[in-house]
Amino acid sequence: MSTTEKTTLSTSDETPLLKRLAGANALWIGVVLVLLIAVFGALRPDAVFNQVTFQTTLAETSVLLVLAVGMTYVIITSGIDLSVGSVLVFSGVAAAQTMNALSDGDATKAGWDVVFAGLLVALGSGAAWGFLNGTLIARAKIPPLIVTLGSFGAATGAALLLNNGSNVGNIPENLTDTVGFGTYLGIPNMVLIAAAVTIVGALVLNTTRFGRYTYAVGSNEEAARRVGISVTGHLTRVYLLAGVLSGLAGFMALAYYRTASVTGHETDNLNAIAATVLGGTSVFGGVGSIVGSVFGVFIPSVLSKGLVFVEVNKFWQPIAMAIVLVVAVWFDQSRRRARNQR
Amino acid sequence: MSEPLLEARNLVKHYGSVEALRGASFTAYPGEVVSLIGDNGAGKSTLVKCLSGVEQPNDGELLFEGEPVTLSSPTDARDLGIETVFQDLAVAPDLDPAANLYLGRELKRSGPLGWFGVLDKKEMRRHAAEHFRNLGVSLQSIDVPIAALSGGQRQSVAVARSVAWASKLVFMDEPTAALGVVQRERVLDVIKRVRDQGIAVVLISHNMPEVLSVSDRIEVLRLGRRVARFKGPDTTVEELVGAMTGALSQEDAA
Repeated sequence: MSTTEKTTLSTSDETPLLKRLAGANALWIGVVLVLLIAVFGALRPDAVFNQVTFQTTLAETSVLLVLAVGMTYVIITSGIDLSVGSVLVFSGVAAAQTMNALSDGDATKAGWDVVFAGLLVALGSGAAWGFLNGTLIARAKIPPLIVTLGSFGAATGAALLLNNGSNVGNIPENLTDTVGFGTYLGIPNMVLIAAAVTIVGALVLNTTRFGRYTYAVGSNEEAARRVGISVTGHLTRVYLLAGVLSGLAGFMALAYYRTASVTGHETDNLNAIAATVLGGTSVFGGVGSIVGSVFGVFIPSVLSKGLVFVEVNKFWQPIAMAIVLVVAVWFDQSRRRARNQR
Repeated sequence: MSEPLLEARNLVKHYGSVEALRGASFTAYPGEVVSLIGDNGAGKSTLVKCLSGVEQPNDGELLFEGEPVTLSSPTDARDLGIETVFQDLAVAPDLDPAANLYLGRELKRSGPLGWFGVLDKKEMRRHAAEHFRNLGVSLQSIDVPIAALSGGQRQSVAVARSVAWASKLVFMDEPTAALGVVQRERVLDVIKRVRDQGIAVVLISHNMPEVLSVSDRIEVLRLGRRVARFKGPDTTVEELVGAMTGALSQEDAA
């Protein structure tokens, strides 16, 4: 008798799914995204609802999405990572140079073994920078803003040093044709990779102990420490994860742009942070979701594409973004204040 | 009376030239609420830190169930079934009560999913709901963030968490300090229920009526030493204040 009674009580205690969804920031930002697409779609249905637009928008956004997944973990721990764009550049240059070196200077026709070696170098470089960030933040207790501002500069400098400040070309066609421009059932492979990273990232965050500790550390570091969670180890792993994902993003960018570019990624860090925060992840830590970050990544790209379609000067895009971003943070802050007053 | 659960004999602790404990003794019996009171600077916090493994005494003896023990870390104390509720709610405000209850002790799914660290949220939630009910902690729902709860409920969750893992003894350092009257009553009810489950509760408090209403016994510290012991029901506030200020002392207490 007592067992059934307990089960019914515990389930009736749970908040209904709909109510929980309505309380989530991610849902609202998703609504904004759908509204944007609907408005642009109503104005220019021919340009918006066509396969090429969808494919290019998705593919271009894939690299940023991978960065945003790592950034979501970092920001949930109440940290920040300004170095993701530079680490992306460094990993791309290091991978491209390795592939060229393995093919006597020109990797264009290189085989899969060389491509794989390049991937390992990209992931390894990302991991190294991530580990450095994590160690300085978690062990030396230097604020994340300062540490990653440092590695932001250092990784850019190191990337420039590697190839004397120029881009690295001669990317294997094997890589650009499959990863960069290949499709599967009409979906660009870039998108499939980013989607896989996102799904795994979301599952780990929501269902595993690693995810739970990420929230706990961001919510109250001292509480986490007192219950015996290794806060130092966990923070190191989170920044390591962000680094590895930056390395992967660097490799994807290599495949898509057919060159390891040392420019053009200066604001990737800010874009990833904006996307994450827009998606309802709190800069105060403890709250956030990968799903939200996905919406957050697509809002700026839909805005800039859409403004071009409706022939509004696309320089309005950053201004529109800025407004949405500030409103999103203000919303989060006032909601927290209301909640904490009880 | 039965054998003491935890006994401290003549503990000495100094920080540099400051003597926080000068031969302090303390006794807790199984299944009782014993209050530890004393004026500011009497050494209450230091004593609790020594008894919960946070700090190590410079001299003196600790006995747990009659056996000498050394507590070199809070984990040692935890392994003996001793938990502590900290004055500043050590909970994660963005996690729900069940997640807080199991923080650091999460249950994993059985089978391959568990190898990847996948949590058994359903089971944790079920056990948590059951545990909160047993302690009379009423929460409108089990899956809202702790920050959305009232102060009393938050403190009740913090108390319930320690109690869930403590098999023998719980230290509560000013658990009602930040609470209103109604909320305070609730936490005191939880304390009584914990005692009724056979777990010893050591309550550190400044609130004399509260101490008298809930304690089975009261021990008084003054200047780093135990100066008096009282039975809860037949003590008055005047006696307690007298012992705290030094106006009254019992020869056999130290």
